[in-house]
Amino acid sequence: MRNKEALLSYVLQLGDNSLITAQRMIERVTGEPELEEELANANFALDYIGQARMFYSYAGELEGNGRTEDDFAYLRDAQEFRNFLLVEQPNGHFGESIVRQVLFETFYLLQLQGLMSCGDQRLAEIAACAEKEIRYHLRHARKWLVRLGDGTEESHERVQQALVQLWRYTGEFFETGDFDGPDLTQLQQEWNKQIDAVLDEATLSLPENQGIATGGRAGQHSEYFGFLIAEMQHMQRAFPGATW
Amino acid sequence: MVVADITREQVFEWLREVPDPEIPVLSITDLGIVRDVTIGDDVRVALSPTYSGCPATEMIEQSVIAALRKQGIADISIERSLSPPWTTDWISDEGREKLLAYGIAPPAKGGGKRALLDGVRVIACPQCASTDTELISEFGSTACKASYRCVACLEPFEYFKCI
Repeated sequence: MRNKEALLSYVLQLGDNSLITAQRMIERVTGEPELEEELANANFALDYIGQARMFYSYAGELEGNGRTEDDFAYLRDAQEFRNFLLVEQPNGHFGESIVRQVLFETFYLLQLQGLMSCGDQRLAEIAACAEKEIRYHLRHARKWLVRLGDGTEESHERVQQALVQLWRYTGEFFETGDFDGPDLTQLQQEWNKQIDAVLDEATLSLPENQGIATGGRAGQHSEYFGFLIAEMQHMQRAFPGATW
Repeated sequence: MVVADITREQVFEWLREVPDPEIPVLSITDLGIVRDVTIGDDVRVALSPTYSGCPATEMIEQSVIAALRKQGIADISIERSLSPPWTTDWISDEGREKLLAYGIAPPAKGGGKRALLDGVRVIACPQCASTDTELISEFGSTACKASYRCVACLEPFEYFKCI
C-alpha cells in the first residue's frame, strides 16, 4: 500500500511538472518574438498537456477513487500540487524562459529515458511516448540558449543573470523520496555533464553554489503559484462542472 | 448486424474509409494508427495516439465509432494502445504517396531510431521534386509538421516530421 502511494505521488509529480510547464508556455502565446517561435511554443505546450493527461489518467487509476484528468488539473489546491518550483517560476523575458526550459528539460529527458526501462509497465509506455517529444523540445531550447549566450553582450548578460536566478531551483530535482524512478545519483552526474557542455557552448558560466530552494514535492510552492493556478482553474471554479 | 458475423478484415476495410481529421487525404489505416481489431463480445479497435498532445485523438475515436455504427455495429470499444509507441515509420507507402500528392513532404524512414535529431535530412519539394530545400521552422500548422521552402521553385511547403 505504501509503495502504491509513493508511486501515485511520483506519477502526480510527473503530471504536475508537465501541466504547469504547459501553463507557463500558454501564458507566452501571442507574446513570442517571432512567428516561428509562436508555433514552436504552442506546439510544445500541446505536447506537455498531452503528457500531463496520460500521467493524470494513470494517477486516477492508481488512486482508484474515480478522479479524472480534469479533477487533478482543475480541482486541487496549491498545496496538493507536487511540481518542481522551477517550472512554476514566472516566464520573465524570452531568455529566462529558455534557461528554465534547458534546465528542466535536460532533467526531464533523462528522467523519461530512465523510466522507459523501469519496472512499472504503464509508466514505461508513457515515458516512451513523451521522450521523443522532449528530445525535440530540448534541441530547440538548447539552440536558443547557445544563440543568446554566445550572442550580443546584452543577450549574454541577460541569460547569465537568468541562470544565476534560476539555478537554486535545480537542486530539488535530485532529492530522494519513497519512489524516485531512475537512480538519481547517476542521473545527477549525467545532468551536470550535459549542462556543463551546453553552458560551455553558450559561453555561460556555472553559477556559484547558492543553496537550494525546495518544497515543490511537499506542496510548498513559491508565491507565484497561487496566481498561476487561479488563472488556470478559473473556469472550473467559477462554473463548477462546466463542460463544452 | 450480429458481431459474430463480422470478420477482422472487414472491419479493417471499413476503417480504411475513416480520414485523419487534420490531413483528410490520409485514412487512419494509412497513418498506421490502427493497431488491432478484435472481434469478441464487441468489436474492439486498438488505436495508437500519434503525438501525445494531438487534439485529433478524441475526434478519431469518435469517427471510428461512427463509421462502425454506420455498418450496423452497436457494440464497439476503443482501446488506446501506447506501446510500442507510434512512429512515422508506420505510415504506409500508399499513405506516403498520398501525402506527397497533397503537397506535404512525407517523413523520412527510420524515424524511431533517429527521432528527428541531428541527422542530415534530404527533403524533396513535393511540387518540383528538387532536393534544394531549406528549413523555415521546425514547427508548422499542426504538431506533426515542420515548415520548409523550396529554393528551386520557391514554393513553401510542409514536411511531416519524422519521429
